[in-house]
Amino acid sequence: MKGTQSMHRPQRLGPRATQAAAFAALWAAAALVLLPVAAILGVMFVRGGRAISWELLSSAEDGLLPSIVGTVTLVALTAVIAAPLGIAAAVYLREYAPRGPLVRLIRLAIVNLAGVPSVVYGLFGLALFVTLLGFGRCLLAGACTLALLALPLVITASEEALRQVPERLRAASFALGATRWQTVRRIVLPNALPGIITGLILSMGRAAGETAPILFTAAFIALTKPFPSSVLDPIEALPFKLYYMATEAHGITEDAKWATASVLVGLVLTINLVAVITRARLRGARRW
Amino acid sequence: MGMSGMDSDLIVRPEGEVKIETSGLGLFYGEFQALRDVSVTIAARRITALIGPSGCSKTSFLRCLNRMNDLISGARVVGEVLLDGRDIYHEATDVAVLRKRVGMVFQTPNPFPMSIYDNVAYGPRLHGRCSRSQLDEIVEKSLRAAALWEEVKDTLRKSALDLSGGQQQRLSIARVLAVEPEVLLRDEPCSALDPTATFRIEELMIELMTRYTIVIVTHNMYQASRVSHYAGFFLLGELVEYGPTEQIFENPKDQRTDDYVRGRFG
Repeated sequence: MKGTQSMHRPQRLGPRATQAAAFAALWAAAALVLLPVAAILGVMFVRGGRAISWELLSSAEDGLLPSIVGTVTLVALTAVIAAPLGIAAAVYLREYAPRGPLVRLIRLAIVNLAGVPSVVYGLFGLALFVTLLGFGRCLLAGACTLALLALPLVITASEEALRQVPERLRAASFALGATRWQTVRRIVLPNALPGIITGLILSMGRAAGETAPILFTAAFIALTKPFPSSVLDPIEALPFKLYYMATEAHGITEDAKWATASVLVGLVLTINLVAVITRARLRGARRW
Repeated sequence: MGMSGMDSDLIVRPEGEVKIETSGLGLFYGEFQALRDVSVTIAARRITALIGPSGCSKTSFLRCLNRMNDLISGARVVGEVLLDGRDIYHEATDVAVLRKRVGMVFQTPNPFPMSIYDNVAYGPRLHGRCSRSQLDEIVEKSLRAAALWEEVKDTLRKSALDLSGGQQQRLSIARVLAVEPEVLLRDEPCSALDPTATFRIEELMIELMTRYTIVIVTHNMYQASRVSHYAGFFLLGELVEYGPTEQIFENPKDQRTDDYVRGRFG
């Protein structure tokens, strides 16, 4: 390449050379993104893999089972709270609200909500759910706090899914004498469902990994009663367990910490994978 | 302006029973005035064709008759539209009921992404409980009336999106007929169809006319002259001339109508 270039040295690089250089630079940038992900996952799974065992996963006393059960329950309850609120808000904003200053203000609030640091959600949850409403530090308070965190994501994803339903389908429904609600329920929501569900699952993946919001609202270590039997019971949770192992616990090997991290990341990746598969399957069934 | 007032002999009032009457109808999209001062009478159980060059607002006029323009933000209507003597823009009007009475078939077929059966049953299911057998009956009757039954009777559970363009057009008609409207608004029917499908739909319209008041918007002069009883010529948001179809096509009074139907512009 250098040989052919030398003929044109006095001039600027030719279009082909520019193209090749740009491609190389872009490729390098993309590869650089890949590198840290690969490094983190590599170190984590290799080191964690040494310590991981069936006993670690399944033991209720000194294993991870209470944390796994706690995180899964927490995320499920978070979804139960965030889904109806978030989807209803998105339907209002996209299908009902007249364009105007109020809607712009609500949108601005949602964007800002998404930018609030997660530790602030934790403190807010402590003040509102744990103290003021008297839930105590428990599954319910943690799920409510995580639901607040997930809400902007759920709303934004649902609105996007609603926006993708073609306008002509709404028009056809209205022209047949459907009310707005009938149109939403029978045409818009069913067709937006793949996108809504995908967005919901992805935001639950995000919520599963959060530590700060559950720090003050739900999570404990080494509970005498390791599995919750009501929403007002405290729980153990993977991110909090990891935080505790990494900062305060003594006599724990590095590999055991990596093993816990592997389980947490594995769980989050599984949730994301479920979202991708769900989207692919539901999308395949619909077209317009 | 003001030339198109009711006293002008360019706007002829049809004889017989009246279904729809507009007076001083105007439509604004924000600042833009899409329709001005349209006063016209539409005869019951007849076919009325609206013609005119692209962008002359004939579709906008059609959409005033079932208040589909309500769905466009910034759209504003002035004047009156009377359906059987009652103003449809009165605040007590139930728009859903109005649209059930005044059905609309859109320019491009827009089947719902569901089965053929569910498409036709969509309207009846909205408007009240039907038993399974009643619903079957309505679906068959509507598909027969839209001349589609023979082609789809064995594939009712298949997706409507698998139908051809012409079949989708007739499905749209069947879907509207299933709610038993009194008026049928048709926006540029047949514009995307082959001649055979066009012919079938024209036959269909003449058949339907015995029971429905039909208003069609079309670019196709031959079609308008063949099937309609009354015709109106729109230009730049104004109704220039309106009267019996023979008069509009063979002996128009306005020079602009004459130019248009003779194909000098459009």
